[in-house]
Amino acid sequence: MDAAAGALLDPLGFGFFQRALVASVLAGITCAVVGSYVVLKGLAFIGDAVAHAAFPGVVVAFIVGAPYVLGGGIAAFLTAIGIGWVTRRARLRADTAIGVVFAGTFALGIFLYSTIRGFVGDLFGFLVGNVLAVTAEDLFALLILGGLVLAIVALLWKELLYSTFDPLGAAASGLPVSVLEYLFLGLVAVTIVVSLQAVGIILVVAMLVTPAATAQLLTVRFSRLISLAALIGAGTAVAGLYLSFWLNVASGATIVLVQSALFALVLLLHRRDGWWRRPAAASAA
Amino acid sequence: MTHLRTDRRLPAIDHALDASHARAHADVWLSDVSAGYAERVALEDVSLAVEAGSLLAVVGPNGAGKSTLLKVMAGLLRPWRGRVEVLGGPPGREARRVAYVPQAETVDWHFPVTARDVVMMGRYPRLGAARRPGPDDRRAVEEALAKVGMADQQHVQIGRLSGGQRRRVFLARALAADPALYLLDEPVTGIDATTQEELMDILEAEAGRGRTVVATTHDLACAAQRFQRVAMINRRLIAHGPASLVLDQALLSRTYGGHLLVLGGQTVLLDDAHHHDQPASDTEPHYHDDAAP
Repeated sequence: MDAAAGALLDPLGFGFFQRALVASVLAGITCAVVGSYVVLKGLAFIGDAVAHAAFPGVVVAFIVGAPYVLGGGIAAFLTAIGIGWVTRRARLRADTAIGVVFAGTFALGIFLYSTIRGFVGDLFGFLVGNVLAVTAEDLFALLILGGLVLAIVALLWKELLYSTFDPLGAAASGLPVSVLEYLFLGLVAVTIVVSLQAVGIILVVAMLVTPAATAQLLTVRFSRLISLAALIGAGTAVAGLYLSFWLNVASGATIVLVQSALFALVLLLHRRDGWWRRPAAASAA
Repeated sequence: MTHLRTDRRLPAIDHALDASHARAHADVWLSDVSAGYAERVALEDVSLAVEAGSLLAVVGPNGAGKSTLLKVMAGLLRPWRGRVEVLGGPPGREARRVAYVPQAETVDWHFPVTARDVVMMGRYPRLGAARRPGPDDRRAVEEALAKVGMADQQHVQIGRLSGGQRRRVFLARALAADPALYLLDEPVTGIDATTQEELMDILEAEAGRGRTVVATTHDLACAAQRFQRVAMINRRLIAHGPASLVLDQALLSRTYGGHLLVLGGQTVLLDDAHHHDQPASDTEPHYHDDAAP
């Protein structure tokens, strides 16, 4: 008993672990909430592209001595907008445009990185995350940004829902659907930046998609889906971080693995009609 | 075949031809409107006035521009040329008084919302950001669900409803918004006769309360029997007026070309619209327009 309590409490004695825990849970919740819309809009690939595109922004921020959050955020947002622009201008399929933009921006990041002599930041840290290195200043910025994302979703959840479900009906009834679309891409960009230190560029798409996908297996109502996803995001962040501490392995990858394992478990066990719902008789009209 | 409906609210057809008079009394007014997508023309030089409180069916073959016409009215598509007024302003200005229901094909039926959630969406635009639905909204939603006969199934996820039930739910969403103008894309396509009659009764009652209803349909019998007025289009407006005058043999063959068959007083439409008559399928969402290849 004491050993178990010790295993849970001892890590909390370290400042770096406390900060890592807060940063991971924040990333887990923010990603899950925004990811609930990402999954329903079918934008998982855009989330991945925007994450990779944050990389050149992070490198440029380092070169000019700006906070990485700022550089990464701007690059991510411009990419999100850019994908939409390229799609319309070149009349390409969105996945083609994403493929072009995504690889191009990531290559730019590596190109810029290789020009720097004596880069003190760790490339691998940005790629796969290094949440144990989060500083108090980083954490402060992350809390503000994550709080901003969650506040905007809290204010506009139903407008975002309506315009996701039926963009034509929503636009015809007066909702500013294209403004909401750009705002949402902005939310995705900020969410990714908030999660970069926790799980890194390559794995952030899992944080965005997996908790929401798991929740989608368990409920047929969006209001439950989004809160369940947030709960899964937070819970798996805590479990993954502890596990990585005990096993002394990479934290971001462990969090993502815990999420994947939970998804697999739910996929095997769930009832097709949602966890809490009796099969509804869909009688013919 | 055609049951001629007496028309108490509408002025005689001659008046409707008078442009300024028509505009002043119209909820929807189009003048020489051309519209399309990319380089493809879907509508050409359409002029049309829809009187307040009327029930108008827009008929025509596949690819005739019926959905395009509705999108122009809803402010979803900006016309290339011509002028449009909806509820006394440019399309979109009075958007909160407009309820638009898209074709069933454009909806993602796997979406995690219940029938009640969908109907509540009709209240969102008037609620505004940051406000949660209140007692008034819940009452409006319950009334709308009861009106379309879906109160019992309100907690069912929309994908588990039949095609007819889905159309009922979307009509309930429009009713819950309490609009001045209904723009309905194929509201009675692919549903059983009972549902069709019930939905038409509701729309007729709404028109009786002074609400304007514009609906596209493939169903000429329904247009003839249940709508006061019919606009027949095939890219251009072929005819517009009382159903009994418009659904005339000569005009029908002009609109549908060789796809009409006359059998002992019965006009049979040999439309290539059979795919519209299937119940809504669980396909991925896609934007269907009339002339999709």
